[in-house]
Amino acid sequence: MRVLGSAVLLAVLAACATADGDPRDPFEGFNRGVYKFNETVDEAIAKPVATAYRDLLHEEIRSRVRNFFSNIGDLFIGVNDLLQGKLQDGVEDWARFAFNSTFGLLGIHDVASDMGIEKHNEDFGQTLGRWGVGDGPYLVLPILGSSTLRDSVGTAADLYTDPVGDFRPIRLRNSAVALRLVGVRADLLEASRILEEAALDKYTFQRDAYLQRRRSLIYDGQPPREERIREERSFRTPVNVEPAAGVNNLRVVQHAHDR
Amino acid sequence: MRTIAKAALCLFAALLLGSAQGQELAPDVLVKNVTLEVVELIAKDREIRGNRNKLIQLIEEKVLPHFNFTGMTALALGQSWNKANAEQKKRLTEEFKTLLVRTYASALAAFAEQKLEFRPLRAKPTDTDVTVNVRVLQPGAQPVPIDYSMEKTAAGWKVYDVMVGGVSLVANYRTEFNNTVRESGIDGLIKSLSAKNRTVEAAGGAPQK
Repeated sequence: MRVLGSAVLLAVLAACATADGDPRDPFEGFNRGVYKFNETVDEAIAKPVATAYRDLLHEEIRSRVRNFFSNIGDLFIGVNDLLQGKLQDGVEDWARFAFNSTFGLLGIHDVASDMGIEKHNEDFGQTLGRWGVGDGPYLVLPILGSSTLRDSVGTAADLYTDPVGDFRPIRLRNSAVALRLVGVRADLLEASRILEEAALDKYTFQRDAYLQRRRSLIYDGQPPREERIREERSFRTPVNVEPAAGVNNLRVVQHAHDR
Repeated sequence: MRTIAKAALCLFAALLLGSAQGQELAPDVLVKNVTLEVVELIAKDREIRGNRNKLIQLIEEKVLPHFNFTGMTALALGQSWNKANAEQKKRLTEEFKTLLVRTYASALAAFAEQKLEFRPLRAKPTDTDVTVNVRVLQPGAQPVPIDYSMEKTAAGWKVYDVMVGGVSLVANYRTEFNNTVRESGIDGLIKSLSAKNRTVEAAGGAPQK
Protein backbone atom coordinates (compact mmCIF):
# COMPACT_ATOMS: atom_id res chain seq x y z
CA MET A 1 0.00 0.00 0.00
CA ARG A 2 2.74 2.36 0.95
CA VAL A 3 4.64 1.45 -2.19
CA LEU A 4 1.59 2.18 -4.28
CA GLY A 5 1.24 5.55 -2.52
CA SER A 6 4.83 6.44 -3.32
CA ALA A 7 4.40 5.38 -6.92
CA VAL A 8 1.34 7.59 -7.30
CA LEU A 9 3.16 10.48 -5.66
CA LEU A 10 6.13 10.07 -7.99
CA ALA A 11 3.82 9.97 -10.99
CA VAL A 12 2.15 13.18 -9.85
CA LEU A 13 5.53 14.78 -9.30
CA ALA A 14 6.74 13.70 -12.71
CA ALA A 15 3.64 15.14 -14.32
CA CYS A 16 4.31 18.44 -12.62
CA ALA A 17 7.93 18.56 -13.68
CA THR A 18 8.63 21.56 -15.84
CA ALA A 19 11.08 21.45 -18.68
CA ASP A 20 12.67 24.88 -18.57
CA GLY A 21 12.92 25.51 -14.81
CA ASP A 22 15.78 25.32 -12.36
CA PRO A 23 17.52 21.92 -12.62
CA ARG A 24 17.63 21.68 -8.85
CA ASP A 25 13.87 22.07 -8.67
CA PRO A 26 12.26 19.86 -11.32
CA PHE A 27 8.92 19.75 -9.49
CA GLU A 28 8.60 23.51 -9.15
CA GLY A 29 4.94 23.61 -10.15
CA PHE A 30 3.99 21.03 -7.56
CA ASN A 31 6.25 22.60 -4.94
CA ARG A 32 4.72 26.02 -5.47
CA GLY A 33 1.31 24.49 -4.85
CA VAL A 34 2.41 23.02 -1.53
CA TYR A 35 4.17 26.27 -0.69
CA LYS A 36 0.95 28.17 -1.20
CA PHE A 37 -0.93 25.68 0.97
CA ASN A 38 1.68 26.05 3.71
CA GLU A 39 1.45 29.83 3.52
CA THR A 40 -2.30 29.71 3.93
CA VAL A 41 -2.06 27.42 6.97
CA ASP A 42 0.70 29.61 8.38
CA GLU A 43 -1.25 32.84 7.98
CA ALA A 44 -4.42 31.29 9.41
CA ILE A 45 -3.04 29.32 12.35
CA ALA A 46 0.68 29.04 12.96
CA LYS A 47 1.66 32.70 12.72
CA PRO A 48 -1.16 34.09 14.90
CA VAL A 49 -0.55 31.44 17.58
CA ALA A 50 3.21 32.00 17.48
CA THR A 51 2.74 35.77 17.69
CA ALA A 52 0.45 35.40 20.70
CA TYR A 53 2.97 33.03 22.30
CA ARG A 54 5.73 35.58 21.79
CA ASP A 55 3.71 38.53 23.02
CA LEU A 56 2.09 36.86 26.02
CA LEU A 57 5.03 34.97 27.46
CA HIS A 58 8.17 36.67 28.68
CA GLU A 59 11.43 35.81 26.93
CA GLU A 60 12.61 34.24 30.20
CA ILE A 61 9.90 31.61 29.93
CA ARG A 62 10.24 31.15 26.19
CA SER A 63 13.96 30.56 26.52
CA ARG A 64 13.30 27.84 29.12
CA VAL A 65 10.98 26.11 26.67
CA ARG A 66 13.52 26.52 23.87
CA ASN A 67 16.31 25.11 26.04
CA PHE A 68 14.21 22.15 27.15
CA PHE A 69 13.60 20.94 23.60
CA SER A 70 17.09 21.93 22.48
CA ASN A 71 18.51 19.70 25.21
CA ILE A 72 16.46 16.71 24.07
CA GLY A 73 17.71 17.37 20.56
CA ASP A 74 21.35 17.20 21.66
CA LEU A 75 21.01 13.47 22.24
CA PHE A 76 20.60 12.62 18.58
CA ILE A 77 22.79 15.48 17.45
CA GLY A 78 25.49 13.53 19.27
CA VAL A 79 24.48 10.34 17.45
CA ASN A 80 24.75 12.13 14.10
CA ASP A 81 28.16 13.51 15.04
CA LEU A 82 29.40 9.99 15.65
CA LEU A 83 27.83 8.68 12.44
CA GLN A 84 29.82 11.37 10.63
CA GLY A 85 33.00 10.47 12.47
CA LYS A 86 33.08 13.71 14.45
CA LEU A 87 34.12 12.19 17.73
CA GLN A 88 34.88 15.37 19.60
CA ASP A 89 31.64 17.06 18.61
CA GLY A 90 29.74 13.95 19.65
CA VAL A 91 31.37 13.88 23.06
CA GLU A 92 30.66 17.58 23.46
CA ASP A 93 27.00 17.21 22.57
CA TRP A 94 26.53 14.34 24.97
CA ALA A 95 28.38 16.27 27.64
CA ARG A 96 25.93 19.11 27.00
CA PHE A 97 23.06 16.69 27.41
CA ALA A 98 24.51 15.31 30.64
CA PHE A 99 25.18 18.72 32.21
CA ASN A 100 21.99 20.38 31.06
CA SER A 101 19.75 17.47 32.04
CA THR A 102 21.13 17.48 35.58
CA PHE A 103 22.53 20.87 36.61
CA GLY A 104 20.34 22.54 34.04
CA LEU A 105 17.19 21.02 35.57
CA LEU A 106 15.97 18.83 32.70
CA GLY A 107 17.53 21.16 30.23
CA ILE A 108 15.65 24.36 30.98
CA HIS A 109 18.96 26.07 31.72
CA ASP A 110 21.68 25.84 29.11
CA VAL A 111 24.50 25.62 31.62
CA ALA A 112 26.73 23.85 29.09
CA SER A 113 26.83 26.90 26.81
CA ASP A 114 27.79 29.03 29.81
CA MET A 115 30.60 26.56 30.42
CA GLY A 116 31.74 27.10 26.86
CA ILE A 117 30.51 23.81 25.36
CA GLU A 118 28.88 25.02 22.17
CA LYS A 119 25.83 23.46 20.62
CA HIS A 120 26.12 21.90 17.17
CA ASN A 121 23.62 21.58 14.38
CA GLU A 122 23.24 18.06 13.02
CA ASP A 123 20.47 15.84 11.72
CA PHE A 124 20.13 12.67 9.66
CA GLY A 125 19.83 14.62 6.42
CA GLN A 126 23.23 16.18 7.07
CA THR A 127 24.67 12.78 7.93
CA LEU A 128 23.46 11.39 4.61
CA GLY A 129 24.95 14.44 2.87
CA ARG A 130 28.25 13.88 4.62
CA TRP A 131 28.18 10.27 3.44
CA GLY A 132 27.99 11.54 -0.12
CA VAL A 133 24.26 11.43 -0.83
CA GLY A 134 23.37 14.36 -3.09
CA ASP A 135 20.50 16.77 -2.47
CA GLY A 136 18.16 15.18 -4.97
CA PRO A 137 15.30 17.32 -6.21
CA TYR A 138 14.12 20.19 -4.03
CA LEU A 139 10.81 19.44 -2.33
CA VAL A 140 8.37 21.52 -0.33
CA LEU A 141 6.76 19.27 2.26
CA PRO A 142 3.30 19.99 3.62
CA ILE A 143 3.59 21.93 6.93
CA LEU A 144 7.31 21.08 7.27
CA GLY A 145 8.31 23.29 4.33
CA SER A 146 11.61 23.37 2.44
CA SER A 147 13.40 20.07 1.95
CA THR A 148 15.09 17.91 -0.63
CA LEU A 149 14.63 14.25 -1.41
CA ARG A 150 17.64 13.43 0.75
CA ASP A 151 16.54 15.70 3.59
CA SER A 152 13.02 14.25 3.50
CA VAL A 153 14.49 10.84 4.21
CA GLY A 154 16.60 12.45 6.93
CA THR A 155 13.59 14.18 8.44
CA ALA A 156 11.68 10.89 8.50
CA ALA A 157 14.56 9.36 10.49
CA ASP A 158 14.70 12.43 12.77
CA LEU A 159 11.00 12.11 13.52
CA TYR A 160 11.23 8.36 14.00
CA THR A 161 13.97 8.71 16.61
CA ASP A 162 12.59 11.88 18.20
CA PRO A 163 12.53 11.31 21.99
CA VAL A 164 9.55 13.64 22.33
CA GLY A 165 7.57 11.06 20.35
CA ASP A 166 8.05 8.65 23.25
CA PHE A 167 6.48 10.99 25.80
CA ARG A 168 3.54 9.30 27.54
CA PRO A 169 0.62 9.68 28.10
CA ILE A 170 -0.26 10.53 24.54
CA ARG A 171 -1.80 13.84 25.59
CA LEU A 172 1.46 14.93 27.12
CA ARG A 173 3.26 13.96 23.94
CA ASN A 174 0.83 15.91 21.78
CA SER A 175 1.08 18.98 23.97
CA ALA A 176 4.87 18.78 23.90
CA VAL A 177 4.94 18.45 20.12
CA ALA A 178 2.56 21.41 19.75
CA LEU A 179 4.51 23.56 22.21
CA ARG A 180 7.74 22.84 20.40
CA LEU A 181 6.24 23.74 17.02
CA VAL A 182 4.82 27.00 18.36
CA GLY A 183 8.15 27.88 19.91
CA VAL A 184 10.03 27.18 16.69
CA ARG A 185 7.60 29.28 14.66
CA ALA A 186 7.80 32.11 17.20
CA ASP A 187 11.58 32.15 16.86
CA LEU A 188 11.17 32.43 13.10
CA LEU A 189 8.79 35.39 13.21
CA GLU A 190 11.60 37.87 12.76
CA ALA A 191 13.22 35.84 9.99
CA SER A 192 9.98 35.46 8.08
CA ARG A 193 9.37 39.19 8.28
CA ILE A 194 12.83 39.80 6.86
CA LEU A 195 12.14 37.28 4.09
CA GLU A 196 8.91 39.12 3.34
CA GLU A 197 10.90 42.35 2.92
CA ALA A 198 13.92 41.01 1.13
CA ALA A 199 12.53 38.71 -1.55
CA LEU A 200 11.15 39.60 -4.94
CA ASP A 201 9.77 36.08 -5.17
CA LYS A 202 9.56 34.48 -1.75
CA TYR A 203 9.45 30.95 -3.11
CA THR A 204 12.72 31.29 -5.05
CA PHE A 205 14.45 33.21 -2.30
CA GLN A 206 13.53 30.67 0.34
CA ARG A 207 14.48 27.75 -1.85
CA ASP A 208 17.91 29.12 -2.66
CA ALA A 209 18.53 30.08 0.93
CA TYR A 210 17.54 26.60 2.07
CA LEU A 211 19.86 24.88 -0.42
CA GLN A 212 22.77 27.17 0.48
CA ARG A 213 22.14 26.74 4.17
CA ARG A 214 22.00 22.96 4.01
CA ARG A 215 25.20 22.80 2.05
CA SER A 216 26.91 25.01 4.58
CA LEU A 217 25.58 22.87 7.45
CA ILE A 218 26.67 19.59 5.88
CA TYR A 219 30.22 20.88 5.73
CA ASP A 220 29.95 22.70 9.06
CA GLY A 221 30.40 26.07 7.43
CA GLN A 222 33.38 25.01 5.28
CA PRO A 223 32.19 23.68 1.91
CA PRO A 224 35.09 22.13 -0.01
CA ARG A 225 36.88 24.67 -2.09
CA GLU A 226 37.40 22.79 -5.33
CA GLU A 227 33.71 22.07 -5.51
CA ARG A 228 32.95 25.75 -5.16
CA ILE A 229 35.43 26.75 -7.79
CA ARG A 230 34.23 24.16 -10.24
CA GLU A 231 30.68 25.31 -9.84
CA GLU A 232 31.75 28.91 -10.09
CA ARG A 233 33.46 28.29 -13.41
CA SER A 234 30.49 26.61 -14.96
CA PHE A 235 28.20 29.29 -13.70
CA ARG A 236 29.97 32.58 -13.98
CA THR A 237 31.34 34.50 -16.85
CA PRO A 238 33.77 37.29 -16.15
CA VAL A 239 32.04 40.30 -14.74
CA ASN A 240 33.54 43.66 -15.45
CA VAL A 241 32.57 46.66 -13.49
CA GLU A 242 32.56 49.94 -15.26
CA PRO A 243 33.37 52.95 -13.20
CA ALA A 244 29.88 54.21 -13.94
CA ALA A 245 28.45 54.48 -10.50
CA GLY A 246 29.95 54.66 -7.06
CA VAL A 247 33.25 53.15 -6.22
CA ASN A 248 35.80 52.96 -8.98
CA ASN A 249 38.87 50.91 -9.75
CA LEU A 250 37.29 47.80 -8.45
CA ARG A 251 38.24 44.28 -9.12
CA VAL A 252 35.27 42.04 -8.86
CA VAL A 253 36.67 38.88 -7.54
CA GLN A 254 35.88 35.58 -9.10
CA HIS A 255 35.56 34.29 -5.66
CA ALA A 256 34.20 31.44 -3.73
CA HIS A 257 30.49 32.08 -3.79
CA ASP A 258 28.21 29.29 -3.12
CA ARG A 259 25.14 29.47 -5.14
CA MET B 1 76.92 61.33 12.73
CA ARG B 2 76.12 58.23 10.83
CA THR B 3 74.08 56.81 13.65
CA ILE B 4 72.05 59.96 13.87
CA ALA B 5 71.35 59.85 10.15
CA LYS B 6 70.37 56.23 10.44
CA ALA B 7 68.11 56.93 13.38
CA ALA B 8 66.49 59.79 11.51
CA LEU B 9 65.95 57.57 8.52
CA CYS B 10 64.41 54.88 10.68
CA LEU B 11 62.15 57.39 12.34
CA PHE B 12 61.09 58.75 8.98
CA ALA B 13 60.37 55.23 7.71
CA ALA B 14 58.40 54.42 10.83
CA LEU B 15 56.36 57.60 10.43
CA LEU B 16 55.62 56.79 6.82
CA LEU B 17 54.58 53.28 7.71
CA GLY B 18 52.54 54.51 10.65
CA SER B 19 50.61 57.01 8.59
CA ALA B 20 49.98 54.47 5.87
CA GLN B 21 48.57 52.06 8.42
CA GLY B 22 46.63 54.76 10.17
CA GLN B 23 44.77 55.57 6.98
CA GLU B 24 43.64 52.07 6.51
CA LEU B 25 42.12 49.97 9.23
CA ALA B 26 42.55 46.23 9.03
CA PRO B 27 39.30 44.67 7.73
CA ASP B 28 38.48 42.77 10.92
CA VAL B 29 39.09 45.85 13.05
CA LEU B 30 36.90 47.86 10.73
CA VAL B 31 34.03 45.38 10.98
CA LYS B 32 34.35 45.21 14.74
CA ASN B 33 34.45 48.97 15.23
CA VAL B 34 31.51 49.69 12.97
CA THR B 35 29.37 46.84 14.30
CA LEU B 36 30.00 47.68 17.94
CA GLU B 37 29.34 51.35 17.34
CA VAL B 38 26.03 50.70 15.60
CA VAL B 39 24.88 48.04 18.06
CA GLU B 40 25.70 50.34 20.96
CA LEU B 41 23.78 53.20 19.41
CA ILE B 42 20.77 50.94 18.91
CA ALA B 43 21.01 49.59 22.46
CA LYS B 44 21.25 53.08 23.93
CA ASP B 45 18.41 54.57 21.97
CA ARG B 46 15.22 52.56 22.21
CA GLU B 47 13.59 54.95 19.81
CA ILE B 48 15.86 53.87 16.98
CA ARG B 49 14.75 50.28 17.28
CA GLY B 50 11.11 51.24 17.00
CA ASN B 51 11.61 53.78 14.25
CA ARG B 52 12.57 52.18 11.00
CA ASN B 53 13.52 55.38 9.23
CA LYS B 54 15.86 56.42 12.01
CA LEU B 55 17.50 53.01 11.94
CA ILE B 56 17.98 53.20 8.20
CA GLN B 57 19.46 56.66 8.53
CA LEU B 58 21.92 55.34 11.09
CA ILE B 59 22.95 52.52 8.79
CA GLU B 60 23.31 54.81 5.82
CA GLU B 61 25.58 57.03 7.81
CA LYS B 62 27.73 54.44 9.59
CA VAL B 63 27.66 51.26 7.56
CA LEU B 64 27.08 52.16 3.92
CA PRO B 65 30.43 53.83 3.30
CA HIS B 66 32.06 50.44 3.87
CA PHE B 67 30.02 48.57 1.28
CA ASN B 68 30.76 48.31 -2.39
CA PHE B 69 27.27 48.27 -3.84
CA THR B 70 28.27 48.38 -7.48
CA GLY B 71 30.36 45.27 -6.94
CA MET B 72 27.54 43.54 -5.06
CA THR B 73 25.00 44.33 -7.76
CA ALA B 74 27.35 43.13 -10.48
CA LEU B 75 27.93 39.87 -8.65
CA ALA B 76 24.23 39.36 -7.99
CA LEU B 77 23.40 39.87 -11.66
CA GLY B 78 26.16 37.61 -12.92
CA GLN B 79 26.06 37.35 -16.70
CA SER B 80 23.18 39.79 -17.01
CA TRP B 81 25.30 42.66 -15.69
CA ASN B 82 27.14 42.89 -18.99
CA LYS B 83 23.86 43.36 -20.84
CA ALA B 84 23.01 46.50 -18.90
CA ASN B 85 24.08 49.95 -20.06
CA ALA B 86 25.66 52.52 -17.75
CA GLU B 87 22.36 54.16 -16.83
CA GLN B 88 20.71 50.81 -16.11
CA LYS B 89 23.66 49.76 -13.97
CA LYS B 90 23.33 52.91 -11.94
CA ARG B 91 19.62 52.41 -11.35
CA LEU B 92 20.02 48.72 -10.54
CA THR B 93 22.68 49.57 -7.98
CA GLU B 94 20.49 52.25 -6.39
CA GLU B 95 17.45 50.01 -6.09
CA PHE B 96 19.42 47.01 -4.84
CA LYS B 97 21.09 49.22 -2.30
CA THR B 98 17.76 50.44 -0.95
CA LEU B 99 16.51 46.87 -0.69
CA LEU B 100 19.63 45.62 1.08
CA VAL B 101 19.77 48.49 3.52
CA ARG B 102 16.20 47.82 4.65
CA THR B 103 16.87 44.11 5.00
CA TYR B 104 20.07 44.80 6.86
CA ALA B 105 18.28 47.21 9.19
CA SER B 106 15.74 44.53 10.09
CA ALA B 107 18.41 41.91 10.65
CA LEU B 108 20.48 44.23 12.78
CA ALA B 109 17.52 45.15 14.95
CA ALA B 110 16.85 41.44 15.45
CA PHE B 111 20.45 40.70 16.40
CA ALA B 112 21.17 43.82 18.42
CA GLU B 113 20.43 42.25 21.78
CA GLN B 114 22.49 39.12 21.23
CA LYS B 115 26.07 38.59 22.22
CA LEU B 116 28.57 39.04 19.41
CA GLU B 117 31.90 37.34 19.03
CA PHE B 118 34.54 38.78 16.73
CA ARG B 119 36.90 36.21 15.35
CA PRO B 120 40.53 36.98 14.61
CA LEU B 121 41.25 37.36 10.92
CA ARG B 122 43.05 34.48 9.31
CA ALA B 123 44.78 36.17 6.39
CA LYS B 124 48.19 37.26 5.26
CA PRO B 125 48.96 40.98 5.37
CA THR B 126 49.33 40.93 1.59
CA ASP B 127 45.85 39.50 0.97
CA THR B 128 43.46 41.77 -0.86
CA ASP B 129 40.39 39.58 -0.50
CA VAL B 130 39.44 38.33 2.94
CA THR B 131 36.51 37.00 4.92
CA VAL B 132 35.81 38.54 8.30
CA ASN B 133 33.90 36.28 10.67
CA VAL B 134 31.50 37.48 13.33
CA ARG B 135 29.35 35.11 15.34
CA VAL B 136 26.05 35.78 17.02
CA LEU B 137 25.83 33.76 20.19
CA GLN B 138 22.42 32.73 21.44
CA PRO B 139 21.51 30.40 24.26
CA GLY B 140 19.98 27.07 23.27
CA ALA B 141 21.03 27.33 19.64
CA GLN B 142 24.12 26.99 17.51
CA PRO B 143 25.91 30.32 17.04
CA VAL B 144 25.02 32.04 13.75
CA PRO B 145 28.07 32.95 11.70
CA ILE B 146 28.03 36.23 9.80
CA ASP B 147 30.81 36.37 7.23
CA TYR B 148 31.74 39.58 5.48
CA SER B 149 33.56 39.10 2.20
CA MET B 150 35.79 42.13 1.81
CA GLU B 151 38.22 43.40 -0.75
CA LYS B 152 40.91 46.01 -0.63
CA THR B 153 40.29 49.05 -2.78
CA ALA B 154 41.98 52.40 -3.08
CA ALA B 155 39.33 53.76 -0.72
CA GLY B 156 39.97 51.15 1.98
CA TRP B 157 38.39 47.77 2.65
CA LYS B 158 34.91 47.32 1.22
CA VAL B 159 32.30 44.62 1.82
CA TYR B 160 31.05 42.95 -1.34
CA ASP B 161 29.01 40.11 0.13
CA VAL B 162 27.51 39.12 3.45
CA MET B 163 26.90 35.49 4.36
CA VAL B 164 24.50 34.77 7.19
CA GLY B 165 24.53 31.20 8.44
CA GLY B 166 26.28 30.12 5.26
CA VAL B 167 23.75 31.84 3.00
CA SER B 168 25.35 34.37 0.69
CA LEU B 169 23.07 37.34 0.10
CA VAL B 170 24.53 38.01 -3.31
CA ALA B 171 24.23 34.40 -4.46
CA ASN B 172 20.68 34.24 -3.14
CA TYR B 173 19.56 37.13 -5.28
CA ARG B 174 21.22 35.74 -8.36
CA THR B 175 18.49 33.24 -9.33
CA GLU B 176 15.74 35.76 -8.71
CA PHE B 177 17.50 38.44 -10.72
CA ASN B 178 18.30 36.13 -13.61
CA ASN B 179 14.74 34.81 -13.73
CA THR B 180 13.37 38.34 -13.88
CA VAL B 181 15.87 39.43 -16.51
CA ARG B 182 15.04 36.41 -18.64
CA GLU B 183 11.33 37.14 -18.42
CA SER B 184 11.24 40.91 -18.69
CA GLY B 185 14.76 42.18 -19.36
CA ILE B 186 16.97 44.55 -17.38
CA ASP B 187 14.30 47.23 -17.30
CA GLY B 188 11.84 44.67 -15.98
CA LEU B 189 14.22 43.94 -13.10
CA ILE B 190 14.66 47.64 -12.34
CA LYS B 191 10.90 48.00 -12.34
CA SER B 192 10.23 45.09 -10.03
CA LEU B 193 13.01 46.15 -7.64
CA SER B 194 11.64 49.65 -7.35
CA ALA B 195 8.10 48.33 -6.96
CA LYS B 196 9.36 46.06 -4.17
CA ASN B 197 11.09 48.97 -2.45
CA ARG B 198 7.96 51.08 -2.60
CA THR B 199 5.76 48.38 -1.03
CA VAL B 200 8.25 47.69 1.74
CA GLU B 201 8.61 51.39 2.41
CA ALA B 202 4.86 51.82 2.65
CA ALA B 203 4.54 48.85 4.99
CA GLY B 204 7.60 49.68 7.10
CA GLY B 205 6.68 53.29 7.78
CA ALA B 206 4.53 52.33 10.74
CA PRO B 207 6.35 51.70 14.01
CA GLN B 208 6.98 48.02 14.59
CA LYS B 209 7.40 45.93 17.67
